[in-house]
Amino acid sequence: MANIMNSLYNMRILDDLARQETVIHKLHSLMKLLTTVSYLTVVVSFGRYEIGGLLPFLIYPVMVFTLAELPVKPILLRILIVSPFIIGIGILNPFFDQQGYLLGERVISRGWITFGSILLKSGLTVTAALLLIATTGMDRLAGALRMMKIPRIFVLQLLLTYRYISVLMEEVARILRAYSLRAPNQKGVHRSAWGSLAGQLILRTFDRAQRIYEAMCLRGFAGEYNTGGFKEIRAWDLSYFIGWALFFAVARMYNIPMLIGSLITGVIK
Amino acid sequence: MHMADALISPIVGGTMWVATAGVAAYSIKKIQTEMDEKKVPLMGVMGAFIFASQMINFSIPGTGSSGHIGGGLILAILLGPYAGFLTMASVLTIQALFFADGGLLALGSNVFNMGFFTCFIAYPLIYKTFMKQGYSTRRILIASLFTAIIGLQLGAFGVVLETLFSGKTELPFGTFLLLMQPIHLAIGAVEGLVTAAVVAYIWNSRPEIIEKAASGEALGNVAIKKVVGGLVIVAMITGAGLSWFASSDPDGLEWAMINTAGTAELEAPEGLHQTLLHLQSKIAFLPDYSFKASGNEPEPGVGEGGDAWPAISGGTSAAGLVGGGMTLLLAAFMGFGISMLKKRKSKVSI
Repeated sequence: MANIMNSLYNMRILDDLARQETVIHKLHSLMKLLTTVSYLTVVVSFGRYEIGGLLPFLIYPVMVFTLAELPVKPILLRILIVSPFIIGIGILNPFFDQQGYLLGERVISRGWITFGSILLKSGLTVTAALLLIATTGMDRLAGALRMMKIPRIFVLQLLLTYRYISVLMEEVARILRAYSLRAPNQKGVHRSAWGSLAGQLILRTFDRAQRIYEAMCLRGFAGEYNTGGFKEIRAWDLSYFIGWALFFAVARMYNIPMLIGSLITGVIK
Repeated sequence: MHMADALISPIVGGTMWVATAGVAAYSIKKIQTEMDEKKVPLMGVMGAFIFASQMINFSIPGTGSSGHIGGGLILAILLGPYAGFLTMASVLTIQALFFADGGLLALGSNVFNMGFFTCFIAYPLIYKTFMKQGYSTRRILIASLFTAIIGLQLGAFGVVLETLFSGKTELPFGTFLLLMQPIHLAIGAVEGLVTAAVVAYIWNSRPEIIEKAASGEALGNVAIKKVVGGLVIVAMITGAGLSWFASSDPDGLEWAMINTAGTAELEAPEGLHQTLLHLQSKIAFLPDYSFKASGNEPEPGVGEGGDAWPAISGGTSAAGLVGGGMTLLLAAFMGFGISMLKKRKSKVSI
């Protein structure tokens, strides 16, 4: 139950954040989507022994966080929630790859390097995806998808699913509360109620869909989802995307920390 | 079973995206020709249902633990494979966006693993075959159980293969397979049992819902053959195209490198990757333009076949550490600097 309320709460936090009006929020959603996709692709394209070269990619989330005035805590919390799986897979690396690697004075197993690389990549990619939705919101993102010629049936369906998640989650929460009051101290729904509990919900969902469809028809739905035209892409939006894409490309081709490091150590020597 | 971006390579992610987009486009076309408008709201609300129903814990008899459903099979049974696949895709998209459950680059793989295998392989080949003889509670149970298990086994195998091709973990193929398949046998069994209970309940109380879904599409083997055949071609073209751009697959290189480093556990995938590498070196346009070489800064003079591991020398690693620290400081400084400026600005404007 706490689980459901948490999920609902989390979705609403992101919804609220997306409603702000900062420099980043005002950018065109398509450009933000493209920036995110290129960021993800570049980060993921790094080899598995790479840690240093990935560090400049922290600049992107840091900039978006600050420019979009997003609270760091709820988003970082989300990353922690998904990390156990990544850690579970990655933690096996040090066992399978025990080749030594000299780091300064100490020798560490190469597996730890790959593990660190996976953790860093996971943190960066998860943050980038969450930042996209926290600065764009579902409706504007759907607009971007339509501009990319994603078929309207899919986009409409995606928006409907999104819209009704909170409704159905609340319904499930009520059902589970009622069930737990009648069957206390149970770990889950008993086998005898599997079919009826979820089945009843499905039947109600079907009826709800019918009502929604009728309501849509009454409001003039004829298979088309009218978004009222697309927002125009300004030069500023385009330069946002191009600027980041250039930065990603440069940071991908040159190991910036290594360059800075050799510069500094060279100067000291 | 949700794959994260950190464990996938751009080539695998891109290929699976194209494959999934292909299946989705085919499904959309199918729905449009059937044009059951009413289905769109139903798909949307059913997607929300799957989302919410994943919060219900079903206690598993005799184990003391509980599990939840993935929902792919229920969607296929109640909406048909095409609408079911699309609905699953939107559920997974929202999970990736709002809950970081599976990455955006890995979304193609996730939709394929959890949607395609259940809706387009297990459902028509197993479930429909069982149900040809008519509905009964017992037949629903057997069909659901088998369909869910096979669908999830295929999906889990997909995860293993995609991870193997991405080459981000050190997990040997066999070990990963042994980890994934038995777990998903249990998950599949729970999915099948719960799905059977739900479908049987609906069949008893509102049989027309299931009849309508079942009669809506006559999916013979021909359609499946077309879909799978088209997919294979599309996947091959994209895979080849993408690796052509990436020139030499970093992961393939790494596998080869481990080969020379003599890590024994990786024997099985070596052969495969070696072959791929060989193939790639033949089709590669700019064989030396590899992302990895530029990213990892190997010592000059270290050939591809030799130890391509970044040079182990005190000097470079010190520079790396210092530079890494500086980069982190720089990022932090930028963040603090901007927020300080913003605060000052807002104070001035007040």
